Amino acid sequence: MSIEARLSLGRGDFQMDLDLDIPASGITSIHGPSGSGKTTLLRAIAGLDRHPGSFISVNEITWQDDQTFVPVHQRSLGYVFQESSLFPHLDVRRNIEYGVRRGKKGPHMLEKAMELLGIESLRDRYPSSLSGGERRRVAIARALAPKPSLLLLDEPCSGLDATHRSELLGYLESLHSELSVPVLHVSHSAAEVLRLADRLILLQSGRITASGTLTDLQTRLDLGLSREEGAATMVEARVREIDQRYGLAVLEHSGGILTVINDAFEPGQRLRVSIAARDVSISLTEPEDSSILNTLRASIDAMTDLDSALVLLKLDAGGSPLLARITRKSAQRLSLAVGMNVFAQVKSVALLQQS
Amino acid sequence: MFSSAELTALALTLKLALVSTIVLLVVGIPLAWWLARTRWRFRFLLDAIIALPLVLPPTVLGFYLLLALGPSGPLGRFMDALGGHSLAFSFSGLVIGSVIYSLPFVVQPIQQSFIATGRRPMEVAASLGAAPLDRFFSIALPLARPGILTGAALGFAHTLGEFGVVLMIGGSIPGETRVVSIAIYEQVESLQYTQAHWLSGALLLLSLVLLALVYRTSHHFRIGPS
Repeated sequence: MSIEARLSLGRGDFQMDLDLDIPASGITSIHGPSGSGKTTLLRAIAGLDRHPGSFISVNEITWQDDQTFVPVHQRSLGYVFQESSLFPHLDVRRNIEYGVRRGKKGPHMLEKAMELLGIESLRDRYPSSLSGGERRRVAIARALAPKPSLLLLDEPCSGLDATHRSELLGYLESLHSELSVPVLHVSHSAAEVLRLADRLILLQSGRITASGTLTDLQTRLDLGLSREEGAATMVEARVREIDQRYGLAVLEHSGGILTVINDAFEPGQRLRVSIAARDVSISLTEPEDSSILNTLRASIDAMTDLDSALVLLKLDAGGSPLLARITRKSAQRLSLAVGMNVFAQVKSVALLQQS
Repeated sequence: MFSSAELTALALTLKLALVSTIVLLVVGIPLAWWLARTRWRFRFLLDAIIALPLVLPPTVLGFYLLLALGPSGPLGRFMDALGGHSLAFSFSGLVIGSVIYSLPFVVQPIQQSFIATGRRPMEVAASLGAAPLDRFFSIALPLARPGILTGAALGFAHTLGEFGVVLMIGGSIPGETRVVSIAIYEQVESLQYTQAHWLSGALLLLSLVLLALVYRTSHHFRIGPS
């Protein structure tokens, strides 16, 4: 099962030329600066704009080729626009039922969608009485309710303040682990992409500059994501054991062992955690008198100057990549060089999601 | 208070306004929809033609309608071929006249409502599986409700006050074309000021109530229960 799109279009100065083939599962984020063609791509896939000569197919069903153009309303998709665009004359319940009533007589997930987005209590309210964050959640539930083959999310957090953005990201993360609907997500925010994406497509002036798994792209020193203030490495880990005495959990992943504060985890549970580059420091010998619990053996794969003060290292910890951001002064003092074996001390590990 | 002739005139006027308003909505809503969405480069010409009655003396409009509807006019000949009567000096003729005369009052507010709604709600509806006609009835029409109510009330009120066009194509046949405005004109001509007062007052009050309703809805319209 996959999503394929070949697009070639020109509009004034803007040229788009790309070829996409992604598995129909998990969250694929399309990331790029504004004007890079993210929304154009999403609208073309949905069929909201028709660009002759394009090819779009989802799960082996052709939505567009030279002979075919399936109109939007016959495509099994959910589309969440940048503005929530709720129907102002319908209450929340009827907004969400709108697509379910019109969908094929198949399984829908109206109740599940409302529960996942925490909007059951808003059922009888009208959009004009909802906050920005609530509207966005209703819009997402509305798009999900008919159980589409593909969910398209255009900048789901735009226009929200920091608190509501973080709240909405929490809901989107829970969708990720609870649902099988593949998501194509568009965002110019690196922080959002780092939190949500399984796979990434980087877009620049209508062309794909890189695509791959989040871990691969976020640790590539030649791409912008590793240079972001929030640069991090996503790690898929499994809970090995719970240390009841200290309230800690021991996680294992391909790069070694990570000890984190236990948050009602179960042994065997799979977790997705993120290690920020600024929370990783380097030591040449195995530290024994440090308060930091997590030390991973690693070798330096690559290094690059971020600015006059900071250096970014890409480490290889037992086959897993790991970013570390340290001062240039420390790098020189320790005479760090590519190929050296070091100890990476991880000051903190952020939980992204559990499944 | 009112003689039976005056009551007949009042009833005829209300009937004319009601029938005209229904026809105006049936014609005006699709027309407004098309005008709001089309990218046709000569749309402005159609906009101008629809707006003509706003500036044209009703007698000019009435004159051309008389020629068109009369026995030798194109519409008259068409009716003749169908075995019907000439439309001039008939109720049907009045309806045609008032529809054309009031068209801008109905089309423009509805067109503005459709434009204000924009394409986005229709795109959302399409992404949720609604076919074009379904989208129109479930989304576009309810969202244009303020414009449609305003258009209907203005069309109704404007037809009530129509005089020039009726005079040209309808004359004054009791129960067929003798509407209130014509009756008042005749009463004043024959110095029956008391009757003219009653009829004028009735028309004034009716128009005032209608316009007050229009302004109330357009200022206080909110979607959903407030």
